[in-house]
Amino acid sequence: MAPPETPQPTTLRHAFGNVLSVFVLLLIGVFAFSIRLFSVIKYESVIHEFDPYFNYRVTQYLTKSGVYDFWNWFDDRTWYPLGRVIGGTVYPGLTLTAGTLWRILNSLNIPLSVETVCVFTAPIFSAFASWATYLLTKEVKGAGAGLTAAALLAMVPSYISRSVAGSYDNEAVAIFALILTFYLYIKTLNTGSLFYATLNAMAYFYMVCSWGGYTFIINLIPMHVLLCIVTGRYSPRLYIAYAPLVVLGTLLAALVPVVGFNAVMTSEHFASFLVFIIIHVVALVYYIKGILTPQMFKVAVTLVVSVGLIVCGAVLAVLIALVASSPTKGWSGRSLSLLDPTYASKYIPIIASVSEHQPPTWPSYFMDINVLAFLVPAGIIACFLPLSDASSFAVLYIVTSVYFSGVMVRLMLVLAPAACIMSGIALSEAFDVFTRSIKFQLLGSTENLQVNNAGESTNVAQNDVVKTEKNEDSQKERSSRKSKKKEKESTERVPLVSRIEQKLLVLPLETSLIAVFLLVLLGAFYVVHCVWAAAEAYSAPSIVLTSRSHDGLHVFDDFREAYSWLSHNTEVDDKVASWWDYGYQTTAMANRTVIVDNNTWNNTHIATVGTAMSSPEKAAWDIFNSLDVKYVLVVFGGLVGYPSDDINKFLWMVRIGGGVFPHIKEPDYLRDGQYRIDSQATPTMLNCLMYKLSYYRFVETDGKGFDRVRHTEIGKKYFKLTHFEEVFTTHHWMVRIYKLKSPRNRIRGKTKKSKSKASSTTSSKRSGTRKKNPWH
Amino acid sequence: MAAVIFSLLVFFISLFITTSSSLLVPGLQILHAERQIDLTSHIVRVYLTLKVENIEDDPASKVLLAFPPAQFDHLSLVKAAVTVGKKRKKSYVPLEVNPTEQPDAPNGTKYYTISLLNPLLKGEITTLEILYILSHSLEPFPAEISQSESQLVYYHDSAIILSPYHIKQQATLVKTPTNKVESFTQVEPTFRTGTELKYGPYEDRNPYSYSPIIVHFENNNPFAVVEELEREIEVSHWGSVQVTERYKLAHAGAKHKGVFSRVEYQSRPTGSGVSSFKHLLAELPPRVHSVYYRDDIGNISSSRLRINSKKSELLIEPRYPLFGGWKSTFVIGYGVPLQDFLFESAAGARYLNYSFGCPLADTVVLPEGSKDPSVEVPFAVEQSLQTKYSYLDVIGRTVVVLEKNNVVPEHNVPFQVHYKFNPIFMLAEPLMLLGVTSSEEAARWIHSLQDAALNPGKDLMSYSKENGSLLGELIYD
Repeated sequence: MAPPETPQPTTLRHAFGNVLSVFVLLLIGVFAFSIRLFSVIKYESVIHEFDPYFNYRVTQYLTKSGVYDFWNWFDDRTWYPLGRVIGGTVYPGLTLTAGTLWRILNSLNIPLSVETVCVFTAPIFSAFASWATYLLTKEVKGAGAGLTAAALLAMVPSYISRSVAGSYDNEAVAIFALILTFYLYIKTLNTGSLFYATLNAMAYFYMVCSWGGYTFIINLIPMHVLLCIVTGRYSPRLYIAYAPLVVLGTLLAALVPVVGFNAVMTSEHFASFLVFIIIHVVALVYYIKGILTPQMFKVAVTLVVSVGLIVCGAVLAVLIALVASSPTKGWSGRSLSLLDPTYASKYIPIIASVSEHQPPTWPSYFMDINVLAFLVPAGIIACFLPLSDASSFAVLYIVTSVYFSGVMVRLMLVLAPAACIMSGIALSEAFDVFTRSIKFQLLGSTENLQVNNAGESTNVAQNDVVKTEKNEDSQKERSSRKSKKKEKESTERVPLVSRIEQKLLVLPLETSLIAVFLLVLLGAFYVVHCVWAAAEAYSAPSIVLTSRSHDGLHVFDDFREAYSWLSHNTEVDDKVASWWDYGYQTTAMANRTVIVDNNTWNNTHIATVGTAMSSPEKAAWDIFNSLDVKYVLVVFGGLVGYPSDDINKFLWMVRIGGGVFPHIKEPDYLRDGQYRIDSQATPTMLNCLMYKLSYYRFVETDGKGFDRVRHTEIGKKYFKLTHFEEVFTTHHWMVRIYKLKSPRNRIRGKTKKSKSKASSTTSSKRSGTRKKNPWH
Repeated sequence: MAAVIFSLLVFFISLFITTSSSLLVPGLQILHAERQIDLTSHIVRVYLTLKVENIEDDPASKVLLAFPPAQFDHLSLVKAAVTVGKKRKKSYVPLEVNPTEQPDAPNGTKYYTISLLNPLLKGEITTLEILYILSHSLEPFPAEISQSESQLVYYHDSAIILSPYHIKQQATLVKTPTNKVESFTQVEPTFRTGTELKYGPYEDRNPYSYSPIIVHFENNNPFAVVEELEREIEVSHWGSVQVTERYKLAHAGAKHKGVFSRVEYQSRPTGSGVSSFKHLLAELPPRVHSVYYRDDIGNISSSRLRINSKKSELLIEPRYPLFGGWKSTFVIGYGVPLQDFLFESAAGARYLNYSFGCPLADTVVLPEGSKDPSVEVPFAVEQSLQTKYSYLDVIGRTVVVLEKNNVVPEHNVPFQVHYKFNPIFMLAEPLMLLGVTSSEEAARWIHSLQDAALNPGKDLMSYSKENGSLLGELIYD
């Protein structure tokens, strides 16, 4: 099959079209980059949110110590006292990419800081991603659809939300890698070239390096291969597209330390091996079919099928037995919650507690993919006219990603490229039909034939080449199945078929004009929405908050105030305890050791902190002291109305703590099933550490203790802290830092008193607290 | 018995005095000395007026100033001037002052020599005005205070001026910031009125008389100390001088102890954290542009810039109020127009005239292709040359590094860097840019975007960050 770039007879117009495409692509790249700069213009060039801070810190280490130290990096600043082997537990793609970028720039004497490179990595890669989308869609439905899809992807809000400047997260490069892998797969499928197959494995390797979402690829591609086989579309090209990917891809994936033997051990990868076996069986069948006479083949089929079934059954049985022997059935928690959406909320509160792991709401679809949601069905239909290997892949991609996005908000990101491709196809096909109709109507029937020829050789030429050859292929296969003959002859009737098809799709002039106008309007609406989303909704770095009021803009820079205070005014080796959300930021910005962070790899450890936060002061002090904690950091939004503070997250701390230490019981913190902090709240709630640290001396600000997040007056207003002392509170009270008082205070005469108090206020289960604390 | 000891003591003292006085440059005596010690800020300024007479035959061209070793270490500046003319047409002529070593100085006394304009003949009298500044000479006591307490400090000195000369008449005036003086050493006659404390007058004191005093008083001035300051001045012949200043700031007063309560700090600003400070004033050159104020983790969103034709003032607020012992770091950067600071000297060379400010390390980055740099600084600094590669440099830029310790605002005087530059080098990078691949262009473009990001215009972001170099009451050590 000839690649689309092969010179056609009408070269000049074709060349012009190519130049125009390149120019448009360049503009799309620039647009994709610049629409993501709102965060830098509106706020500043800074790393956003939580995970990006970790990635930034790793990149700093990488650029400072080199790649070998990076692989062996044992980080003692986090998960105290356990530590974390960063090199072996992190997806290194993003950091290596940014580190390489930084190194190249510096070798060219462009002394950008690591931070700057990190901030702009995501926008750069979103430009790459839109180009990859162009390539992928071009393989599916031609250059026009490719350009449209690339333009749509450049500004799809769902992707922008993860790739604005400063959002330095794995997804930033992973989406590019995902689309590139799909493109190379389709390219190999269309060309049957082993070169592209190898590239495909490399792209897959890059994806594995970048993001845990690579399992989506290694399940989707086998599904497509299976689909092709089942629908009788098996061809040597399919074999070349798939088999090298599995072999090379798995070998390469196993090179990534964080994946390692998981590449062959976990259930996420089994589908690919199963299909690998199947495709070999099918290949064998086709081969045998080729060399045997039909009678012999029938005999052989019965033989092979029966033997094959037995072997497959045996293998399956072994696999099932293996899988069933492990408690999670060999699936990781996140994958399981994808297959069974209720799984996480039942068994793994830590996954369920993350807002991005919740199922999305309908408005969020509209917010994130906007009009694409309406165009997708049209795109799917267009993919069936005619159905090719590539377009069936696109359909499969959109169907699976719609399902996954329905389970987790976060996976809207995977849906976005699929939706863009589909909408690009839909829009492009629609424009094709309408403009062709207009052209036909205007030029009249005399030039009909000429125009038809010209149109075929220019605008839609590439489409047709792809399409017709697809038709050819499918027909080949169909005919091969039916007639069981070898066919090598070139088919000359196919262009005729497509010409007839085109003539049928001519619409009246007025209808076409109105439709084109409406489509442009739809596109304009989409662009406006995307720019708005980029500017207003997704650009906030979340470490700096702003609020508009009548006297101008207010800046809440409390997080950095607190981290800066910690980094300058505490000892380097002090340990800071906070809820895990703030772990990455504390290590990156304050450079202090934390107990738990956003990696959440050790549930028990997090549960210990959760338990401490939900315990009364004394018990909490014991737990923290046993962990060498010197400072406790809580985030409190009650004064300024910042809703995602620790009090609102507190029930998760109780749940996660209670999951490991059963003496913490969620109902103790709820009054009649309601979570409240006012005077109706339960005594357990009002005496727990989180409540006390959040509301300590809060009543003195306004005299009533009115919490602006919960919109109530707090339940317990005047109380003293006996084991903690306030050492720092930020300007808007959003971060409060407490220091553990040294144990001396406890010994001096107060022991008896506090002991009797403790036993009087708490029931017998409290005495179990200390025993159950694993750090004693 | 006691009488014997006493007489022995007297004997030894007189022996000491006689031996030591014999060592010194005699010849001069001080008729009248008046000293004013200004303790109102956290650096100590001492104004000394000496009326010196030559009583020997040899003309004297030098006058010695003596300092106890402890004071000498904290001395950041000594200036002297002589008054010329009578009362109406009085003017001050600055004199050269240099630290000197004297052999056999008693008890490790250290000296500065003032070189007179004209040697003093016998019987002639001249009046010297001396200013010296001591940093780190106020010792917080108690060393740790809580948020609600105010800061008390000790000041150690002598009631009698330490001098190698005989002083006929002298008096010392100590000025404290508030009325609140906890205690002071009495050396009769001593008077105290309000914020002033007067020691003396004392008549006919021998050379090297010393009478230690301690003043314990309230001083809630912010003890802002810049522990390290690096300033980088980058000259671009495309029209601007880019200055970057890296600060390491600390509160060197009494250490903060125990609780920091935000509610008290916010609700009782007068009674709580009185010795802490929230903002500092930085004075920048006029016509500054693209001012930024940030630290390792991003912009600091609290500062105010006032620009007028004479100077620009930048009020900067660190991320948090600084209490005793707390530290902070930040960077201030700004650009100034090239024509304000770069001049062409004779013979086609160029020179940059920039004020030293108060940095501890000043680096001047000259444009790529500059040759023969030389520096003119009015005081002693350590100099070195380096090479730096900035955006798309090939041969690197010449960097002149100047280093100095113990800097006070009085060191803020201009210095000059002379160099030769061929303007053809200005075109090197644009030409290179035209020639190179699009990837480099993209990188540079990213850089320009980043600049835009760091220095957002006021209209683009409503909480703009603007800023500059700290002057005012800062000690740089």
